[in-house]
Amino acid sequence: MNKIFFHYAAPQNFYALAGRLWPWVAALASALAVWGLWLGFFVAPTDFQQGQGYRIIFVHVPVSWMSMIIYLAMAFWAFLGLTFNTRLSGMMCRALAPTGAICAFLSLWTGALWGKPMWGTWWVWDARLTSELILFFLYLGYIALTNAIDDTRRADKAGGILALVGALNVPVIYFSVKWWNTLHQGASVSLTQGSKMAEIMLQAMLIMAIAFWLYAIAIALYRVRSMILMRERHAQWVADLPEIKAQFKGALP
Amino acid sequence: MSAFWAVVQRDLVLAMRRKTEVITAVFFFVVVAALFPLGIGPEINTLRLVAPGILWVGALLASMLSLGRLFAADFADGTLEQMALSPNSLSVLVAAKILAHWLLSGLPLVLLAPVLGLQFDLTEEALWTLTIGLLLGTPILSLIGAVGAALTLGVRGGDVLLSLLILPLYVPALIFGAGAVQAQMSGLGAAAHLSILAAMALVAAVFSPWVSAASLRIALES
Amino acid sequence: MLTVSHLSLSRGHRRLFSDVSFSLMPGQWLHLEGDNGVGKTSLLRLLCGLGVWEQGEVTWKNQSIVQEPENFRADLLYLGHQLALKEDLSPLENLRADALVAGRDGSVDRVMAALGQMGLRGREHLPVRVLSQGQKRRTALARLLISRAPLWILDEPFVALDAAAQNALSGVINAHLNDAGMLLVTSHQPLSLQGQALSYRLTA
Repeated sequence: MNKIFFHYAAPQNFYALAGRLWPWVAALASALAVWGLWLGFFVAPTDFQQGQGYRIIFVHVPVSWMSMIIYLAMAFWAFLGLTFNTRLSGMMCRALAPTGAICAFLSLWTGALWGKPMWGTWWVWDARLTSELILFFLYLGYIALTNAIDDTRRADKAGGILALVGALNVPVIYFSVKWWNTLHQGASVSLTQGSKMAEIMLQAMLIMAIAFWLYAIAIALYRVRSMILMRERHAQWVADLPEIKAQFKGALP
Repeated sequence: MSAFWAVVQRDLVLAMRRKTEVITAVFFFVVVAALFPLGIGPEINTLRLVAPGILWVGALLASMLSLGRLFAADFADGTLEQMALSPNSLSVLVAAKILAHWLLSGLPLVLLAPVLGLQFDLTEEALWTLTIGLLLGTPILSLIGAVGAALTLGVRGGDVLLSLLILPLYVPALIFGAGAVQAQMSGLGAAAHLSILAAMALVAAVFSPWVSAASLRIALES
Repeated sequence: MLTVSHLSLSRGHRRLFSDVSFSLMPGQWLHLEGDNGVGKTSLLRLLCGLGVWEQGEVTWKNQSIVQEPENFRADLLYLGHQLALKEDLSPLENLRADALVAGRDGSVDRVMAALGQMGLRGREHLPVRVLSQGQKRRTALARLLISRAPLWILDEPFVALDAAAQNALSGVINAHLNDAGMLLVTSHQPLSLQGQALSYRLTA
């Protein structure tokens, strides 16, 4: 097991692995997304109180979950990177950040789009939306910090510390904001209680969540490949890659 | 221990010889506290309601103004490098710098806040709650801010970036600090809020010097 | 007692140096030579523990400097290009604080004696701001007299010093070497010091 770990910790090997994996993951994500959206938009029944407009929940809830899960994944890679000083961990962390930020952003927008017909306003300062907003700021801060530092190793490490500090603070921030105000629809999908939603709605949301998760993995793998090429551009193995040879026909910029 | 106090003393003496920096932060707090009523309107009932939030946000921003300077001067002249090379733990020396920063930038705000609170017609009990809350909260601001300052040391556009990084992390302290005064004003009592602030201050005091020291070493590596 | 084995460092993609090996025993001093930009300062900072190397090992008294770094730092004095002086404090205040931070004896008598020996008598209480460049350098170098660290790592210590100050500094270093001290130094000028002279040329 250790051997496999160390083999793929080298950027060159991970580049090849990621290249083989991401198309399949992306295809699976697309298939699940189509299925989930079909279930959500065509099969799931009209909600008693909220009519047709509620259907945005099939994007809003999965994307909110993903914004939090991706941040946890970033903290995981940050922890690995800082403890074992591996280059690839830092890259994975940075590769996930833009997707996480997009998920947080989408969560805020879909939340607003859902809220307008339901509550009459484009924005409410309730616990969940406000925490999501702060999570979005945390993502932006991470991206800004890692982009501002020119030295890639320092940027990775500093970003890693920031991601970890942020991850540890997220529960604190969440509970503070919850204390501050709660208006949000009480947890309709929770692991401990029975679901208040129709079975089919729950199924559709879970499928969409997995679809987004797979999308995040696929896009992170794709992004890491670009980062590897950028960082290793002076290495011989990069110059020997067929796709590089075809594009640059000789010397790399 | 004498290394700790040597660092505190050095920073305090330096600040006293360049008083303008300390005074500007305090002045900023006063100005911000005056700006809000100008923007909101002089209706005293409204102002009394929003006072806790205004004063806390003002203290937060004033405290944040001076954070960029926490490590920057020492980094530029090589003093930070010497501290990193000391056999004394860098975490201890960083804690000393944070203490000096709080004494210069946080404590004045704590002392000034009740005076500014009078402008908003807060009751005596509310002023006490505000002061105690800031006494617990301003160290949290210095401690969390130190981590941000260490991460952005020497980075282009560091000051604005620093604000973006730490403002989200300040939110819990802001919520419980301002919330304490609001709870007191509405008769619910601020004990719970202040206890939570105290707990946050303790946790920050334990973790921040260590995380800041690690971040400083990363900055010194390059 | 200082041993460097097969040390290598890269900056980004550029390999600064590789397979650097040497050792330093009491009474020896090593002149680190090399062209500008080859990485001398980076190597010195690495040996202080201010960076992370890619390959190799650095040991002090047979223990890696990465483990138990406090022990290594207690035995080390490093002076780089930066003076580490506060302009608004006096030399006396600067060096006292510096000594306390570094865990050394920073009593007033000791610091005053050190400053006097470096030719700063009468200027110990002025703010560093008003001193000349040479005087500032001498203030920074007075640390050498206060410290009892056996290993000195000095990056271009003779720069900006007049002849008298250079003699004074050589005297200080010679006394250190005769007292079983060690020195690792870079300098573009030729050096004549007592003790056993070693040299290492850093190449790209």
